[in-house]
Amino acid sequence: MGEFLLVTIQVDMHDQLALKLQDDLSNAVQKNASRGVLIDISTLEMVDSFIGRMVADISGMSRILGAETVLVGMQPAVAITLVELGLALPGVSTALNVERGMALLRRKIDGVDADGIN
Amino acid sequence: MADGTISSVLKKSGKEIQAAWTRELASALPSGKGRISAIELDQQTTEFLKLLTDVSEHAKGSDIATGDFKSLREFLEGVSRSRALQGFTSDETATFIFSFKRPLFEQLRIAAGKDADTLANQTWQATALLDSLGLHTVKSFQKTREEVINRQQREMLELSTPVVKLWDGILALPMIGTLDSARTQVVMESLLQKVVDTGAQIAILDITGVPTVDTLVAQHLLKTVTALRLMGAECIISGVRPQIAQTIVHLGVDLQGVTTKANLADALALALKRTGQTLKN
Repeated sequence: MGEFLLVTIQVDMHDQLALKLQDDLSNAVQKNASRGVLIDISTLEMVDSFIGRMVADISGMSRILGAETVLVGMQPAVAITLVELGLALPGVSTALNVERGMALLRRKIDGVDADGIN
Repeated sequence: MADGTISSVLKKSGKEIQAAWTRELASALPSGKGRISAIELDQQTTEFLKLLTDVSEHAKGSDIATGDFKSLREFLEGVSRSRALQGFTSDETATFIFSFKRPLFEQLRIAAGKDADTLANQTWQATALLDSLGLHTVKSFQKTREEVINRQQREMLELSTPVVKLWDGILALPMIGTLDSARTQVVMESLLQKVVDTGAQIAILDITGVPTVDTLVAQHLLKTVTALRLMGAECIISGVRPQIAQTIVHLGVDLQGVTTKANLADALALALKRTGQTLKN
């Protein structure tokens, strides 16, 4: 989607798949010169600490590659699980749904532009 | 021999026993007056005597867990349940059974006459039987009380966690009472679900009604805030009283990164600003 990448996670993530996603995503960001990544996890119903860390990692990698990451559509149960696991995902932006996420991403990138960094 | 047994005594002098028993009950429960009517008490004693007479005739042994005692057990459960709901204490309820001893023993003594063996024997049997019946009564009384307490706890939990929509995209959760893990869990779940349902951007946690904030409560609050952030909503904590602010600082709880306001009005003003809405006079 233009300068944004939209990743929708629709199956239950297992570790191998998560690693592959990490790999593919960082390559795609590089290839498309994306400015923002939206990860939609609204259909994800179960998380473990590994997936939680993976999400944080993706966010970190994208930032290094010059793209902002927004996590959208987290289910209440997932949020509670992550908090109980002690994974507050600091530094990861979140939004309620894709639309809001997109707006947030747009604001962030515009903000960065306005600061004259890019 | 048959003359001195419990069943024959009950059959023969049931009326006298009941009269004496009612007197015993009346003297034992002066405070019980008015809470339970004389007619009701009369019904209960009559019913109990009838059932006990039946049972002592047929039952083998005095183990009240057996099927022979089923109707008697059920009757006593009914009595203790009604007493528990009427606000009787456990000893007042147990007195219902234990005050039956004296009249029964008196009649047993009269029936046994000079036969000390029979008297001792029958008295022992009667004691064993009445004791176990009394214990059963207390047990079911306790059970009823526990049910009442459990129900009230559940109701309190439901009552105390309403999530209200304050404005477009702004939810408020006025918390009343002490926060423990179970309640925080319920609060968190209902709030997060509501955020999903309404698509709210900002939630205001109002802790005006929370009497004390210790490290545990603060931790619970932080968890809720973090979960909300993960879902993509912001959280403002409002209603922080001066004492609570002092406690939080003294405890060294780190509320950095959490927006707090002194009252709900300030929190709402901030929320409106953040969502880009304005109020006109």
